[in-house]
Amino acid sequence: MSAVVPPVEERDRRDGRVSAVVREIMSGSIVLSLAAILLSFVIGGILIAASDEDVQETSGYFFARPGDMLGAIAEAVGGAYGALLRGAVFNPRGDSLGEMLGPISETLVYATPLVAAGLGVAVAFRAGLFNIGGTGQIVAGAAFAGWVGFAVDLPPVLHVVVALIAGIVGAAFWAGIVGILKARTGAHEVILTIMLNYIALRLFDYLLTTPVLQQPGTVNPISPPVSVDAMFPSIVGRLHWGFVAMLLAVVAIWWLFAKSNLGFKIRAVGLSPSAARTAGINVGLIYVVTFAIAGGLMGIAGSAQILGTERTLTGGIAGSIGFDAITVALLGRSKPFGVLAAGILFGALRAGSRTMQASEGVPVDIVLVVQSFIVLFLAAPPLVRAIFRLPAPGSRATAILSRSKGAKA
Amino acid sequence: MIRAYRTPIVLGVIALLVLVLFGLIGSDGDSTFRISTSGDFFTVPDLVLPSRGTALVLGVVLLVLAAGAALLVRRGRRVPVWLLAVFGVLAVLGTLSWAIAGGTLPMTQLLQGSLALAVPLVFGALGGVLSERVGVVNIAIEGQLLAGAFSSAVVASLTGNLYLGLVAAAVAGALVSLVLAVFAITYIVDQVIVGVVLNVLVVGLTSFLHSAVLDSASNSPGRLPQIEIPLLAQIPLLGPLLFEQTLIIYLMFIAVAIVTFALFRTRWGLRLRAVGEHPQAADTVGINVARTRFMGVTLGGALAGLGGAFFTLGSVGAFSQEMTAGQGYIALAALIFGRWNPVLATLAALLFGFARNLASVLGIVGSPVPSQFLLMLPYVVTLIAVAGLAGKVRGPAAAGTPYIKG
Repeated sequence: MSAVVPPVEERDRRDGRVSAVVREIMSGSIVLSLAAILLSFVIGGILIAASDEDVQETSGYFFARPGDMLGAIAEAVGGAYGALLRGAVFNPRGDSLGEMLGPISETLVYATPLVAAGLGVAVAFRAGLFNIGGTGQIVAGAAFAGWVGFAVDLPPVLHVVVALIAGIVGAAFWAGIVGILKARTGAHEVILTIMLNYIALRLFDYLLTTPVLQQPGTVNPISPPVSVDAMFPSIVGRLHWGFVAMLLAVVAIWWLFAKSNLGFKIRAVGLSPSAARTAGINVGLIYVVTFAIAGGLMGIAGSAQILGTERTLTGGIAGSIGFDAITVALLGRSKPFGVLAAGILFGALRAGSRTMQASEGVPVDIVLVVQSFIVLFLAAPPLVRAIFRLPAPGSRATAILSRSKGAKA
Repeated sequence: MIRAYRTPIVLGVIALLVLVLFGLIGSDGDSTFRISTSGDFFTVPDLVLPSRGTALVLGVVLLVLAAGAALLVRRGRRVPVWLLAVFGVLAVLGTLSWAIAGGTLPMTQLLQGSLALAVPLVFGALGGVLSERVGVVNIAIEGQLLAGAFSSAVVASLTGNLYLGLVAAAVAGALVSLVLAVFAITYIVDQVIVGVVLNVLVVGLTSFLHSAVLDSASNSPGRLPQIEIPLLAQIPLLGPLLFEQTLIIYLMFIAVAIVTFALFRTRWGLRLRAVGEHPQAADTVGINVARTRFMGVTLGGALAGLGGAFFTLGSVGAFSQEMTAGQGYIALAALIFGRWNPVLATLAALLFGFARNLASVLGIVGSPVPSQFLLMLPYVVTLIAVAGLAGKVRGPAAAGTPYIKG
């Protein structure tokens, strides 16, 4: 059996790094997060202004009449971010209250897979693992859920439940491969997940051209529509019961880490695999279980896609959710309710960007820019502290704060 | 016990597959390999081989090679790389002769297309080698390629000079990797996180600018001219492949040679590798770890950016959104499959380019292999390589770990 145990010293060498990453992700204040978000929106605003034609025109005579250019900037940026809010939160131009509040439900529709997938990244982070395999796991989950949805005949309520479970199990299985390979061979999960993403995508492309998934009578790579029984029923408008499934997942993950024995073991492995091994925890098994749980959450995201909004499987079913999930988990500090908040924020950006593009002509891609700046700033607290002149942790002010906290406890 | 024989066992299984699937139960008919093109010096006649017979003969040869590998392992020796390379080429030939039974395969076009598809992969993998050899994991190859593609198109269009476009591509790639370096080395942010986020950032920025700012005047750089080397270009098969190409491809050959020489034959390269393997030791003998890492990462980014120019100036002649389409991750795979060695990484990139081109060529010839499986090949072989199923792959020891002087 000695063949399956990776060299201990190689794992322990990474210990320091893993625990540092876990600490870095878990620590950090809300102030810092808000500062990072604000800063990123400012950068987004600069880009919007710089690419605006009126601003470019008025910049030609800036020194003669600076007011013109400032006005044009205010109009471009204000218009864009106003449209973003209109598409994501509240639409004052709506005819009824329902129409005015419609954007919120749209935000939650986008947030549903983002939060579920963000949890899938967050759970892995807690064990000191990177799950970059969201794309592949979401594809696996969507394929299984979709297949049950159109190929199996079941009574109404049962059908959607079975389809969801199939999605969760399918994705957990796909992610479990990563855990097994890592536990048995010591291969780095980042490489494994990236490779498995593309393998899943190609396999899925192939299955979409075979009778397994392809719609009969078409040559296009597209599946038959999921039967109505297997679709998540609507709560209001486009918002579906997948949202509730996602909320349940948030609570379940909170329970996992706050109350359960397994969650404790996962955290122990995340902080120091060697210490956890010394304490008698089967680290390899925890890797497998963690990846299976992470995959299951990705499966909820994939199911929300196919059973909630898309209804037919196509090559692009996973979109960029797998990668967005990484930013969601980082912004949410890998804590369940933090991920929920971060996912809703990014869902709002997604929903609002459609309105922004339609009414102001600002390309939706600006959201990617804002999103990645948020994470870059979050990842480098010293940079944000320097920009906003915030005190560093461990400096005098925070030391006093933490001491008084310690005294109370 | 079985662990030691992994490589021979894997080879043996492949050999049996070729022998049985393509030989014994293969398809009848002849497979034609077209080698010459019309512009050649002298014409080589088409190579016509009976499909089943060829696969049978090749299968037996492959079995002999696998047995040879087993014999070497038994004597306590390693299986040499050349044996694996020969095995690979013969296995591909065996598969091809089966896949195109009854059809004609234009070899020159196949290899030319493969080389073209491999160019960004080679540059990306070389850039990754430099970065990871100094100890910084480079997931951002995709972003560097895309930044290079974007800025080369814009600069070449605005200045009307394609060669300035190439310079701009290298600068853009270097800038992306400079951000990686600042966050990874100065702010000690996890290198994988920065890499992933940088990729998203570059996709967002270039797509945004493409939709919001670029128009036909600023995104029509045109394509680099082919430079034909007299006489050599007329050699059948090799001529069109090696001596009738654009500047980027010649630069690629030069880059592979320079990076290999510099890394393994110069004092500079030794320092680079020392920093990636054991930064404490390097620091002790007076090497500035942070500065060396900055240099390696930035140079690597410049190379990857140059590869990005191939997407625009080297092939389609204009920038489009997300045009790198995951090639950066294949370059990463080539880098790992090539064991962090510039020459092996280049060979891996060529293999991956070949697999990708084969997928489209066989699609035209009409073959029983679904193209998706050929497209999957780079990822599957990399997965097998990192999982240690065919020999252990080990990267630079300090890759991924920040160095905190103290």
